[in-house]
Amino acid sequence: MNLIVSSSPHIHGKDSVPKIMLHVILALLPAAAASIYFFGIRALWVMLVSIITAEVSEYLFLLLRKKDTTAALDGSAFVTGLLLALTLPPSINLSMVGIGSAVAIIVAKQMFGGFGANVFNPALVGRAFLQAAFPIPMTTWVPNRLLHVDATTVATPLGGFKFSHLLTAHKNLLLGNVSGSLGETSALLLLLGGLYLLVRRYIDWRIPVGILTSVFVFDGILWLFNSQKYPDPVFMLLAGGLMLGAWFMATDPVTSPVSPAGIWIYSVGIGFFVVLIRLFGGMPEGVMYSILIMNSFVPLLDKYLRQRMLGERK
Amino acid sequence: MIELRMRRGVHPPEGKLSASSPIQGFPLPRQVIIPFSQHAGKPATPLVKKRQKVKTGEKIGEASGFISAPVHSSVTGTVKALETTLLPNGSSALAAIISVEGEEEWAEPTWPVKEPSELTPDDLRKITREAGIVGLGGAVFPTSVKISPPREYPIDSVIVNGAECEPYLTSDHRLMLEHTEEIFQAAQLLKMTVGAKRGYIAIEDNKRDAAEAFEKLTHGVADWEVVLLKTRYPQGAEKSLIKVILGREVPMGGLPFHVGALVQNVGTLYAIYQAAAKGIPLIKRVVTVTGEGVEKPSNFMTRIGTSARELLTAAGAPLDEATKIIFGGPMMGMAVKSPDIPVLKSTSGLLVLTTAKKRKVFPCLYCGKCVYACPLKITTTRLVKYIQAGMWDQAKAFGLFNCMECGVCSYVCPANIPLVHWIRYGKFMVRMMEAKS
Repeated sequence: MNLIVSSSPHIHGKDSVPKIMLHVILALLPAAAASIYFFGIRALWVMLVSIITAEVSEYLFLLLRKKDTTAALDGSAFVTGLLLALTLPPSINLSMVGIGSAVAIIVAKQMFGGFGANVFNPALVGRAFLQAAFPIPMTTWVPNRLLHVDATTVATPLGGFKFSHLLTAHKNLLLGNVSGSLGETSALLLLLGGLYLLVRRYIDWRIPVGILTSVFVFDGILWLFNSQKYPDPVFMLLAGGLMLGAWFMATDPVTSPVSPAGIWIYSVGIGFFVVLIRLFGGMPEGVMYSILIMNSFVPLLDKYLRQRMLGERK
Repeated sequence: MIELRMRRGVHPPEGKLSASSPIQGFPLPRQVIIPFSQHAGKPATPLVKKRQKVKTGEKIGEASGFISAPVHSSVTGTVKALETTLLPNGSSALAAIISVEGEEEWAEPTWPVKEPSELTPDDLRKITREAGIVGLGGAVFPTSVKISPPREYPIDSVIVNGAECEPYLTSDHRLMLEHTEEIFQAAQLLKMTVGAKRGYIAIEDNKRDAAEAFEKLTHGVADWEVVLLKTRYPQGAEKSLIKVILGREVPMGGLPFHVGALVQNVGTLYAIYQAAAKGIPLIKRVVTVTGEGVEKPSNFMTRIGTSARELLTAAGAPLDEATKIIFGGPMMGMAVKSPDIPVLKSTSGLLVLTTAKKRKVFPCLYCGKCVYACPLKITTTRLVKYIQAGMWDQAKAFGLFNCMECGVCSYVCPANIPLVHWIRYGKFMVRMMEAKS
């Protein structure tokens, strides 16, 4: 008889880190498949390069840091690689994809101490790096295969609105019949994946609800004042990377707050910055910077906004 | 009958394998080991010497302070030795080892036995004290102390705790089914003793038959109400029950009497009945023997001090394949290194697991599952970080000593972090440092 003596409890729930990561990947598959459908096989190469580079960087840096290298198999690097790919333009040079993915894992994750210790969402740091390093390829958008246009490059729905004041039909935004990054085409498929994670309770409902509601409200107020100058709030919700960001990026547990009060401030903050950057900034899209900015508030929010304990004086 | 539910906590697989096994008297063992410390507070002072003859029910250890309790011999025989023995929680304590000899003889009770209707509050305090009765729900706090709250805190509500929210355990369930009247009589005595206006009998809905039995009994009895609770762990914890049923929050660091409540486990009430009506001290209790691969999951009326091995063997437990033997339930019970440990007043069950294994621990991902499951709303993520960093003041401010170690946080953690273990370590370190200074 060789009995294990350990501290209670002696039974455990069914969730585990690899299982959560697996379900995040599953939830992203419809949007990933749609990107191949809209942009062709090239979309697949972008995703593969990003994921493989992320996994290899993770493994090498764990080795270098003398950590348990099986941690590279927990699925988190895979998720980072896939998320980064979904934020990139389909026409981007594959070597740039690799650089972005390596920066995401090495600089944003491993250098902070690895899984659980990073302050910023790794995929978004990778994208921010690429945006700074390769501004032209990062803002060159090829038309999707279903758009019958005689042009090698087109504007994204948000770019079209910002620079030419063109509105894209809601239906096209919903179904993905637009140009843009791999993963920001079909709002509907992203919503589906996000709802799947919500039903499985792998993400906190307050985050997408807070972000989407605040974008809708902040933009709605402006739109009511001047519907010529500002886009309608439904367009704001469906266009660009908002769905991807609100359901899959901002919900990253590591880089989002824990307490309900903190989560509300965090998510409404993201919504506020998205509207601010999109409508008043120099760039057409601001989801990435909004999330990164609010990521930096998380340690502070977690420190000062803990929930009141049972029996604690108010 | 009113129906209520707790909001937080978890609902693990119930595993109540022994729910339909009636309570069986466990055969008289050849020897019992009776530790002098089986309760919260100071250990009892031994009253017996080596080679002394003792009768069943004879007091062999006297309470050594206000928060303490006497212990009694559960058999008739001779004290073979007074020596330290291993307890289920891994510590050691002085114990009387008594070998069973001759015809069973009962000692006279050290308190007057009267008709229940003639008992006064003072009688009941004396009985619970003299009979060595402690909270059998797990905390083993001396009952006589619990039913003597300070005058400035009047008790208005008594809650009979039949929640038995721990998975696998069925000892309270069987007691409620087979001894409904005795438990209710003791509950009425308790309510009289503390002068409460209302009485509640709280039972989870996986024991609907027990709730119905009490409903029949309390029907038409003024001031009593059966509360059917949706099964949820740790609903049976005092603070959870008071919150769910009375809507009151026991202040941090406080006790139920601070909010006018008294919670008493059904096993304890049965022990009170035995002492008050029959003059029998706490020398037996119901122990559920259950678990994976156990042939006959059982509920044994067991003499305190019987070796766990005897009970496990009787129930057909797969001792060779066991990877864990637990005193108590799977959420709060204590894993032991060997089954050769005596059953104590606190032993509600013996649980065998054959599939328990060590789990790979991942770093915290701040998913907050522990925070949202915690019945006390502790921000576990940060509390444990503070403990790991040795930041004791911050840990205390984040509820280190508020934690009741129910295990919900560790249960839900997808990173398999032994959160409760860290909290226990934190409490230990702070207590040690405070003792030094």
